[in-house]
Amino acid sequence: MVNALDPQNMNSFSEASVSVEIETEDMTLNIGPQHPSTHGVLRLVAKVDGEKVHDVKPVLGYMHRGYEKLAEVRSYPQITTLVNRIDWVAGFSNEIPFIAGAERLMEIEVPERAKHIRLILTEMARISSHFVFIGAYALEVGALTPIFYAMEDRERVLDLIESVTGGRFHPNFNRIGGVKPAAGAGPTSKKNIQDLPAGFYRDTKVAMEKVIQAADQFQNLIGGNEVFKKRTKNVGVLTAETAEAYGVSGPILRASGVKSDLRTQTDYLPYDQFDYDIPVGENGDCYDRWDVRVKEMVESAKIVLQAIDSMPSGPLQAKVPKVIKVPQGRTYVRAENPKGEMGYYIVSDGGLGPYRLKVRTASFSNVSILPIMLEGALLPDLIAIMGSLDFVLGDVDR
Amino acid sequence: MTEVLIKVGFLAIVALNGAIIFTIMDVKGASWMQRRPGPLHVGLRGFIFPLAEILKFVQKEDIIPTEVDRPVFKWAPAYVMVSCVALFAVVPMSPTLVVADLELGVFFALAISSLGTIGVLTAGWSSANKYSLMGGLRAAGQLIAYELPLILAVVGVVIQAETMSLVGIVEKQIEWGVPFVVGGQIVGFLIFMVAATAEMMRVPFDMPIGESELTMGFMTEYSGIRFLIFYISEYMNMFILCAIASTLFLGGYHVPLLPTEWVNFYGPIVLLTKTAILGFILVAVRWSQPRFREDQLQNLAWKILIPASLVNILVTAIMKVGF
Repeated sequence: MVNALDPQNMNSFSEASVSVEIETEDMTLNIGPQHPSTHGVLRLVAKVDGEKVHDVKPVLGYMHRGYEKLAEVRSYPQITTLVNRIDWVAGFSNEIPFIAGAERLMEIEVPERAKHIRLILTEMARISSHFVFIGAYALEVGALTPIFYAMEDRERVLDLIESVTGGRFHPNFNRIGGVKPAAGAGPTSKKNIQDLPAGFYRDTKVAMEKVIQAADQFQNLIGGNEVFKKRTKNVGVLTAETAEAYGVSGPILRASGVKSDLRTQTDYLPYDQFDYDIPVGENGDCYDRWDVRVKEMVESAKIVLQAIDSMPSGPLQAKVPKVIKVPQGRTYVRAENPKGEMGYYIVSDGGLGPYRLKVRTASFSNVSILPIMLEGALLPDLIAIMGSLDFVLGDVDR
Repeated sequence: MTEVLIKVGFLAIVALNGAIIFTIMDVKGASWMQRRPGPLHVGLRGFIFPLAEILKFVQKEDIIPTEVDRPVFKWAPAYVMVSCVALFAVVPMSPTLVVADLELGVFFALAISSLGTIGVLTAGWSSANKYSLMGGLRAAGQLIAYELPLILAVVGVVIQAETMSLVGIVEKQIEWGVPFVVGGQIVGFLIFMVAATAEMMRVPFDMPIGESELTMGFMTEYSGIRFLIFYISEYMNMFILCAIASTLFLGGYHVPLLPTEWVNFYGPIVLLTKTAILGFILVAVRWSQPRFREDQLQNLAWKILIPASLVNILVTAIMKVGF
C-alpha cells in the first residue's frame, strides 16, 4: 500500500491523471424498414455509439416493383400508368418527361394549349409535393401540428388536379401528342371537346393565393421557431462540390448554392415564357433545404397564375396515328421534378413499346449521399438530415 | 384505519381524475390547434373520448416479448405510477384538506418525483429493444439533469417562506397578500415550469419518447394495460406538477381578496383552476413546438437553468437577509 499522505508520494499522486477509457462496442441499430420516419421502407443499418452515428449504410430495394422491365412489355400509352407511380407524391410530373421523350422520337409538335395545361399541372404537383415535405419534416423534428395544416392546404391543390384529370395522385392525364379532355368538363363529343372544367381559372387563382399565404405562414411559424432553427441550422451541411459529385439534384443541390434548374436549362415545357426566381440557399444545411422548398412553392404558384392569364386557345391534341408506333431511335429527356432531376432514356426499336426504358430518379441519387452526410452525426440529426432530403421510396426503388 | 383508507381513496380518485381531465384537455387542445374535427365532435363533443381510449387499452392483449426481463418489465410501469400518486399526498387543497401536511413537504415531493426515473430506466433496460434502451438512457440523463434546476428553483421559495411545508408556504403567501410569483420568484417560477416540462417528458423535451426517432422510446415494447399505466402516469405527472407549481408559486388554494374562513369550500376549486391554467399553457406549448436535440437539452439544463436558479437563490437570500 502506498501511503497517500506521505509527502514523498504526494508528487506522484498529483501527477496521476484519470485516463480510464472504457472499451465500448458500437451498437448496430436497424432503422427501418418499418420506422416512423423513413418515408416508407428505407432501411438504414447504423453503427451507433450512444447517440453518435459512426457509419450508415442505406439498404434499398424493399419497394422494387420492376417498372423498367414492365415497361418493355407495355405499349407507350400504357406506360404512363406505370410511371405515375414512381414518385407518387407528385404523380403528374413523372409522366411529362416520358411523354416528351416519346413525342420527340415521333417528331410530334404538341399544341401550345396542351403544353400550358401540362405546365400548370406539373407546378401544382410540385406544390403538393412540397406541402407534404413541409408537414412531414416538421413532424420529424418533433412538431406534430404543421402536418395537419400542410395537408389541408395541399388538399386544395389536389382538388384542382382532380377536377382536371379525375385523379388525385395518379392522374394518367397525358397522351402522346397532348392531353386528355378533362374529366369534369361535362359531356364531350368529337366536335365539341371541352378541356378545363368550368370555374377552373377562378378556383386556381384562389387556391394559388392561398398557397402563397400558406407559404408565408409556414415561413413564420416553423421557419421562425427558435427550436426549429436550433435543430436545422448548421446541421447536415452539404457542400456544393460533394453534392455535384454525387449527382444530387433539385432543391437539395440549390440549397447548397448551385443555381441549377432544368426548367430553365431544357425545353420540355415552355417555362421560358414565364417570369420566376430560382431560390438558392447559402449554407447547404437542413434549414436551407427546407427554406428553398418553401420559396419554390411560392414561385410555382406565381408560374401557375401567369400561365392561367396567358393560356392560349387551340386544340388539346396534335394529330397522331391511331396505333402509336415510335420510330427506331433513342433519346434522353430530363425534367425538373419536385424531388430533383428525373430522366427517361428511351430506346425504341420501332415497336409498340420501348425496347428498353431506363429511369433516372432524383431520390435514388439523393439518398446515395446519406452515408457522407450522416458520418459523425447525432441520432436526432440523422432523422433531421434524412427528412430534409425528402425522398420517396417509390422514387428510390422504382 | 378508516382514515387511511379514505386518504388513499382520495389520492387515487383525485389523481386519476386529474389525469383524465388533463387527457381531455390535451386531446381537445390538440384537435383545436390542428383543426381536427374528431375529438371536438365525436361522442358527447369529445368528452367521453378518454373513456374509449382506456377501454381500448384494457381490452388489448398485454404482450410480453420472450426476450424481456419479465419481472422488471412487468413492474416498471408501477414505479412510474406510484411516484406520481405519492407526490399528490403533500399537495394541500385547503389547510385541512390535505393527505399529509409534512414538515418537509417540499423535500418529500422532490425525493418522490425522482423515483419515477427508476421506472423509466428499468422499462428501457428490460425491454430487450435497442430503441427502448436508448429511450431509457435518454430519459435517465434528462430526468437527472432537470431534477437539479427543479430543486434549486424551489429553494428560493423555501427561503422566502421560511418553511418546507406546503401548507406553510401557502399560508405565507396569504400572509404576504400576493403569491410568490409576483412577490419576487418569477425567475424561479419560469425555471420550475421549464424543468417540470422536462420532467414530464413533454414537447419540446420529449427526447426519451421521440416517436419520429425512437418509435416510442422506453414504451416501445409495452402494450395493453401496461402501456395505459405509462400513458396515464404521464398525464398524472403533468397534473400533479402543475398543482405543485400553483401551490408553490401561484398561491395554492387561495386567491387574494377571498375570505380565508371559507377556504375549505373554495380551496379545491381555486387550486384546480390554477392547475388547469398551467396545464393549458403546457398543452399549447406541446402542440406548437418541435423537439430539442439531446445535447441542446443538456446544455439548457446545465448552462442556463442551473446557473440562473443559483443566482435566483442568491438574490432571494440577499433580499431575505437585507430587508
